[in-house]
Amino acid sequence: MLHLILFLFFGAICVAGAVNLLVQSHPINSALSLIVVMASLAAEYLLLGAEFVAAVQVIVYAGAIMVLFVITIMLLNAGAEQHTKGSRVAILIGVPGALIGAVLVAWTLLTRGHTGSVAMGALPGSPQDIARLLFHEFLLPFEITSVLILIAIMGAVVLASRPEAIARRHTESHQPDPLPQERQPAPQLVGSGKEH
Amino acid sequence: MPRARAPAPQDSMSITTFAIISIIKSLAVIGVLLTAVAYSVWLERKVSARIQNRWGPTRVGPFGLLQPLADGVKFIFKEDLTQPHVYKPLYIAAPMIAMVFAITSISVIPFGNWVNIGPWGTYLQITDLNIGLLVVLGITSMGVYGVALAGWASNNKYSLLGGLRASAQMVSYEVSLGLSLVGVLIIAGSLSLRNIVDAQRHLHWNIFLQPVAFFIYLISAYAETNRTPFDLPEAESELVAGYHTEYSAMKFAMFFMAEYANMVTVACLATLLFFGGWLGPVFGPPLLQAVLPVLWFCLKVFFFMFLYVWVRWTLPRFRYDQLMAFGWKVLLPLAVANIVVTALIVAWRA
Amino acid sequence: MVPLSYYLVLSGFLFVCGVLGFLIKRNIITIFMSIELMLNGVNLSFVAFAAQWHSLSGQIFVFFVMVVAAAEAAVGLAIIIAVYRTRETLNVDQVNLLKL
Repeated sequence: MLHLILFLFFGAICVAGAVNLLVQSHPINSALSLIVVMASLAAEYLLLGAEFVAAVQVIVYAGAIMVLFVITIMLLNAGAEQHTKGSRVAILIGVPGALIGAVLVAWTLLTRGHTGSVAMGALPGSPQDIARLLFHEFLLPFEITSVLILIAIMGAVVLASRPEAIARRHTESHQPDPLPQERQPAPQLVGSGKEH
Repeated sequence: MPRARAPAPQDSMSITTFAIISIIKSLAVIGVLLTAVAYSVWLERKVSARIQNRWGPTRVGPFGLLQPLADGVKFIFKEDLTQPHVYKPLYIAAPMIAMVFAITSISVIPFGNWVNIGPWGTYLQITDLNIGLLVVLGITSMGVYGVALAGWASNNKYSLLGGLRASAQMVSYEVSLGLSLVGVLIIAGSLSLRNIVDAQRHLHWNIFLQPVAFFIYLISAYAETNRTPFDLPEAESELVAGYHTEYSAMKFAMFFMAEYANMVTVACLATLLFFGGWLGPVFGPPLLQAVLPVLWFCLKVFFFMFLYVWVRWTLPRFRYDQLMAFGWKVLLPLAVANIVVTALIVAWRA
Repeated sequence: MVPLSYYLVLSGFLFVCGVLGFLIKRNIITIFMSIELMLNGVNLSFVAFAAQWHSLSGQIFVFFVMVVAAAEAAVGLAIIIAVYRTRETLNVDQVNLLKL
């Protein structure tokens, strides 16, 4: 019973956040509602017993990835969304299609699916158990994702730095660097990006 | 919802007793935290005055001890200005976000060992989690939104620069802060703050085992709390007052309290992780034995609070690019090297 | 006890919200956030299935999804900044140089 109440409570917050993301026109409001969704999802993970996943969800998703989004919005001074012509086809076909699909899936799951039920804290995912699995059975995927993220870091640095800044760095390396605010976006991930 | 997964000792008592004890503990901890925040402001003013050969607050009460109360009254009665050009919802929400996360992060910090109060016993901690350390890191990592949104919602170039600097700086130093703790975790083998302290018995304090990690933690923590020499987000000589330029009265006081509450949390963490928490010589009658661990804990936390003030009035501020270069090119490689060396030694001795 | 299907319906709802955001929104940053929302919805069903089948592999998969999301956010936001620098807009409809 307690489980159901808590599930519904955090689920309601989650749904409200997701809907708010769609309704708001200013990106910073959308970003904040996405943070709310992520935090309440962390609570849902805790209900399922996945405590380590919940902590990582808050630290990585809400505390790092979303900060990047907020920084970008602040940096580019993104204003409210203008409603241009849009891709009408996507809206006309996609929106009803997505809604119909969602209703079908929900109907199937709630009436036809004999899925059983889960208890509160059904599968305690302690850091020790997760580490054992991650570094034994999933070692290869783990290493591959580490290579992936390394490539992503380098890509972000290359994409976000100004071409003229790179050129100048090669020619006159003793020159003082441009203002730090000019190249905020990637640097937080990889370093100040002003190697001499 | 974290209380549902509390450890075994609470299982023996009824849910009502548990709830009552938890509420009492929460209120007590919040009260102590807010008092500590008020008096660390007093400490800062006193110590900075002595460092500069002044007296500091002396008028209100003996040694100016009632100064925090006077400051509080002043903050409440000041006019709360809201500029017409701010984005109101976030402008109002930002100080609350900063404050709430600063106070919540204290919830998993243990202050002492098991104590018996009449028929019941309890740990001196609001709640003990298996992932306590991660919870503190997670909550403090959310605190950056208060500063960033304040800078953005103020709609003022100084505030925006302060907010941008704060978010970039906090995200950067969070990495080396997290990595510096890994060495401690390897030695303790647990993420529960209580177990980490228990692993430091017999003076096996982590400051002796992990000196490099300690200094990385200390430096990153100063950057995380936006304190000098890393107070770039509010650098008054460049940015007026940085992210809280447009704030006045209670809203400003909330940022102020959030900063000091974060300092207290960081000092508590440093004590627990590197200085053996409440461990220390315990002797005498039962009452003294119950009080002494808390006293040791408070003394160590006080030392770190004093260090904060001492550093602030000794070191000049970094330049922003120096700050970023230091974080990414010095602290991060050092932290990684520390992890590798610690892991090799632990694996070799096992 | 909560039926597993409730978790799956919540996860599906989040995913659909992400899809709708992707279709409706015109701001590149918001579109990226919709993708994050979809990934979050998928993560919830991974954790729910892990609890149902008593296998930690589902929770491990969440970490891989998070790593991919982090990489995607870093590269994606860098691309957004590069686009903004050349086109001075965040509206996807105005980034149409390759259109006839």
